[in-house]
Amino acid sequence: MHPALSVIFFTVMSGSGYGLMTLLIISIVFDVDGGMSHQQVIVTSLVALGLITAGLLSSSFHLANPKNAWRSMSRFRTSWLSREAVLAITFYPFTFLWLLQWYLGHGLENRWTLLLTVLVFMGSVMVNFATGMLYATLKTIPQWNTSLTPANFMMLGMMLGSLLLTTLRFYFGLPVEQLLIIDLGFLATAGTLKLMYFFWVGKPHGPSINTATMFTRATVRLFDVGHTSGTFLTDEFGYQVARFRIMLLRYAVYLFAFIIPALFLPMSMSFESALTLTLTAFLGVLIERWLFFAEARHVVTLYHGNQRV
Amino acid sequence: MRLGLVIDLDVCVGCNACAVSCKQWNTSGTTGPLTDYAPYSKDPSGVWFNRIRNFEIGDYPNNKTVHFPMSCMHCEDAACVTVCPTGASYKRKEDGIVLVDQDKCMGCNYCSWACPYGARELDREDGTMKKCTLCIDRIYDKNLAPEDRQPTCVITCPAHARHFGDFDDPNSNVNKLVRERGGNALMPELGYRPTNMYLPPRAVKQEPTVQKDSIISKVKDWVNRSIAR
Ligand code: SF4
Ligand code: SF4
Ligand code: SF4
Repeated sequence: MHPALSVIFFTVMSGSGYGLMTLLIISIVFDVDGGMSHQQVIVTSLVALGLITAGLLSSSFHLANPKNAWRSMSRFRTSWLSREAVLAITFYPFTFLWLLQWYLGHGLENRWTLLLTVLVFMGSVMVNFATGMLYATLKTIPQWNTSLTPANFMMLGMMLGSLLLTTLRFYFGLPVEQLLIIDLGFLATAGTLKLMYFFWVGKPHGPSINTATMFTRATVRLFDVGHTSGTFLTDEFGYQVARFRIMLLRYAVYLFAFIIPALFLPMSMSFESALTLTLTAFLGVLIERWLFFAEARHVVTLYHGNQRV
Repeated sequence: MRLGLVIDLDVCVGCNACAVSCKQWNTSGTTGPLTDYAPYSKDPSGVWFNRIRNFEIGDYPNNKTVHFPMSCMHCEDAACVTVCPTGASYKRKEDGIVLVDQDKCMGCNYCSWACPYGARELDREDGTMKKCTLCIDRIYDKNLAPEDRQPTCVITCPAHARHFGDFDDPNSNVNKLVRERGGNALMPELGYRPTNMYLPPRAVKQEPTVQKDSIISKVKDWVNRSIAR
């Protein structure tokens, strides 16, 4: 699949924003490292909303006809893309009400704040789930058609969220002892899940050129693709990366997204070092997202010469 | 009704006439235009509803070239419709035709990702998704003579490789052909239940591609060589 930069940026930025909201709520509900002041809750949420909004704006660059984007909320009963849009938009009013409560000085002891906390928490988890499901439902791309896909999207979002929360707590001058353990837990879980995904995409397990052409009892080869230059189909689905480059990039993902943050975060003592490690993890996850698209093989490539997908 | 096409791979000669007539008819049709990008350059490209690929089946010398026209299969379980977030893609209840409403489409490409058969192409000029309409603006047109109320690709095909009909009627021309010739769907394992069916080449005696060393072939070879000189 063609790795579109707007979509890569969107899924990573929004994913980390929703992850930050999730982790923020976990940390204040369970009083991790002594919680936060009302003002700090508001600042943290605004950072999350900034990331989410930047991501959503970038996603609209992917649309060829954005003036109809508002219609994308209409088919939430069947389409995960529509569900994602509905969830992402309804997230805003609830979060603003929630922030208003904090601003007015109503903390978790207030019934309405508590109710809104639950709703915002559910929303932030569900948007990342919907983003993953949008890819996982496609039977045409066997590599994505697995429950590992939403698991990866959710875990990587929460991992970046917890790193962001750690950075912000350094910035506020708050303790991070328990949060560091949570960070390591997310780094380990997300890293393991990604490893499982890399094993999963290794072997072709979808349709073959034989079932695509219905000649299942003979060898089938593409003789002529029928066009002299690129088409929409080859531009969108014909993307191929060399095996060697994929391996290099996978190592880069592991190094930047998981290994470097996990090794150095427990030692980091300042806002600057935490920020550097968080940005390193972002770089790793951006490469991960690029690979997610670049490695995926669509079944239509069977009509362009691939033997298996 | 469940309208669709049967494509006879035994007689398709790969002439591309169906694709050209499709483009000609539909570019001024309901979902037109079928925009071309740089049509007179070295790398012409553009939107097509129907594309023909050529495959080699079997191994030399028992091999055969098969020409493979592909357009929308008007699937029963059309995931392109279920994934569309705007409701622009829809499947008609009355005849099973899958269409895109250009006024609602936001050009997100998601439906083209969900289609296994490469039937959907985004028009970069107007930013909407385009696909085969089963010539909906011909097949119901009362102003046309009854024999002309068929998709233009079917009428145009010089080899009669394309047939149009109702798959819900057990005695329709298309169902008879599928029964008699053992018609099949492409990639049935994905579960889209495509309506269009493909007829495999007829079983005939295998003729190796290489000629035997007969006297006639030797004479032919000699003639060919002397003409070439
Ligand atoms: S062939 Fe593709 S575009 Fe046509 S109905 Fe089936 S899935 Fe949809
Ligand atoms: S490109 Fe248009 S028709 Fe296709 S899924 Fe998006 S909105 Fe629907
Ligand atoms: S049925 Fe009509 S729109 Fe579809 S491929 Fe044939 S000519 Fe083109």
